[in-house]
Amino acid sequence: MIGEREVEYIANLSKLKLDEREKEMYAEQLNKILQYAKKLQNLNTDNIEPTAHVLPVKNVFRDDVVGQHMPNDRAISNAPDFEGNYIKVSKISS
Amino acid sequence: MCPVCMGLPGTLPVLNKKVVEYAIKAGLALNCSIASFSKFDRKNYYYPDLPKNYQISQFDLPIAEKGYLDIEVNGKKKRIGITRIHMEEDAGKLVHQGTIMTTPYSLVDYNRSGVPLIEIVSEPDIRSPEEAKAYLEKLKAIIQYTGISDCKMQEGSLRCDANVSVRPVGEKKFGTKTEIKNMNSFKALQKALEYEINRQIEVLESREKVVQETRTWDESKGITISMRSKEESHDYRYFPDPDLVPLVIDEKWVEDLRQSLPELPDAKRARFVSELGLPEYDAMVLTLTKEMADFFEETLEFYPNAKNISNWMMGDLSRLLNAHQLDISECPIKPKQLARLLLLIDEGMISGKIAKTVLEEMIESGKDPDVIVKDKGLVQISDESEISRVVDEVLMENPKSVEDYKKGKTKAMGFLVGQVMKKTKGKANPKLVNKLLMEKLNS
Repeated sequence: MIGEREVEYIANLSKLKLDEREKEMYAEQLNKILQYAKKLQNLNTDNIEPTAHVLPVKNVFRDDVVGQHMPNDRAISNAPDFEGNYIKVSKISS
Repeated sequence: MCPVCMGLPGTLPVLNKKVVEYAIKAGLALNCSIASFSKFDRKNYYYPDLPKNYQISQFDLPIAEKGYLDIEVNGKKKRIGITRIHMEEDAGKLVHQGTIMTTPYSLVDYNRSGVPLIEIVSEPDIRSPEEAKAYLEKLKAIIQYTGISDCKMQEGSLRCDANVSVRPVGEKKFGTKTEIKNMNSFKALQKALEYEINRQIEVLESREKVVQETRTWDESKGITISMRSKEESHDYRYFPDPDLVPLVIDEKWVEDLRQSLPELPDAKRARFVSELGLPEYDAMVLTLTKEMADFFEETLEFYPNAKNISNWMMGDLSRLLNAHQLDISECPIKPKQLARLLLLIDEGMISGKIAKTVLEEMIESGKDPDVIVKDKGLVQISDESEISRVVDEVLMENPKSVEDYKKGKTKAMGFLVGQVMKKTKGKANPKLVNKLLMEKLNS
């Protein structure tokens, strides 16, 4: 069961701030998802390989060739703040 | 820059075939078993070095597992286990003013995000900073040989994090570990580990507990600093990356790559002993880094005496490089020039002593030894009559030493040789000097 504590934990990992009403709402929704997943767990999967990908495709590669690039100034033009060729962000560790 | 390189949300990856080949090569070079089936997973975390908030990595099915490499510390051999090798994408590079803890803001360079890398995880077999350094040196040499990376720590093409824990003598279980980041050189690695080990011992001895966390090495202060508690951020919620399809690696592919591997350090070291007749110690030192081994082997192409080259490389050349704070890869003396210098000695053109002076000049100017010998008039005097004349002079001027020698004080001989060398500015052929002095003193 997902309670308020679990919702707070996941919200913290996802850098989300939730109010009380939202925590309640998400707890309920997440529990519904888990209940559905439990249904799947009732299936017998003894002889079934774990699925790594939904499509039966393997070994899709590209060659090691340098491609076209966006110029630096265009690449950072959408950044809220920058300095030289760097994107500027607020302090990371407190 | 491209969208993939900037790690933007919505980025669609395509796997570069060379990356897989390099990863398999690394696995083989490190004695790993190569997975026949491998896949990529998303490692979810929020940090400004990756805007899309997940790193493509490998979780439960890495490309290579269960290998090892052998190190030697203080003459003792030890095997360090390799847990796994996996492929992942690099994240952006964060630039701080001063340290990450004190900077007012951070700058992000996304140029390297999305660039493939391999992460090599070792078993908890390393017991000291010296072993850690030897492990990383050996790893670097092996990877350099395979051609996967140039392994320049300062440029970030070789990076390392270290998990450190301590435990009381006799205790079987490992203590709580911390992860140390931001060690940008071999020196930093050793210093950071020494610091962290002592810090943890102090924590335990004051009856406190070591906190499991990530710590950053502050090079200027020479300490490690807590970055963040790892307990929460460690939950990466891995799941298979739906944008990349699985890898199926057949035996033939692996075998082809195995065949393409060059001679690796251990094999080279053994060959230096068996084929070139070098002592074990010489072979070990010369194969410690690829740069050193390359220099040695290239010199050997121009000069046949392996032990002679080894003596000069491990002796005077290393001493001079240290004095000039140069790495062998930056050595102004080319292997061919060192070979020429050794030939000049063998041909009797210059004495070994003069050669040392010439070598010093070579490292400063990069000039050919022949040029230096000619310009400075350093050609060895091997003319017997000329040396004989100087020997006579010295005997005349030093009657007391002659008398001492005749009374049985053989040490006087060394003094007289020295005087002859002084008069000839070190250019007299030492063998001839000895021979002539002996003849004249004993006559």
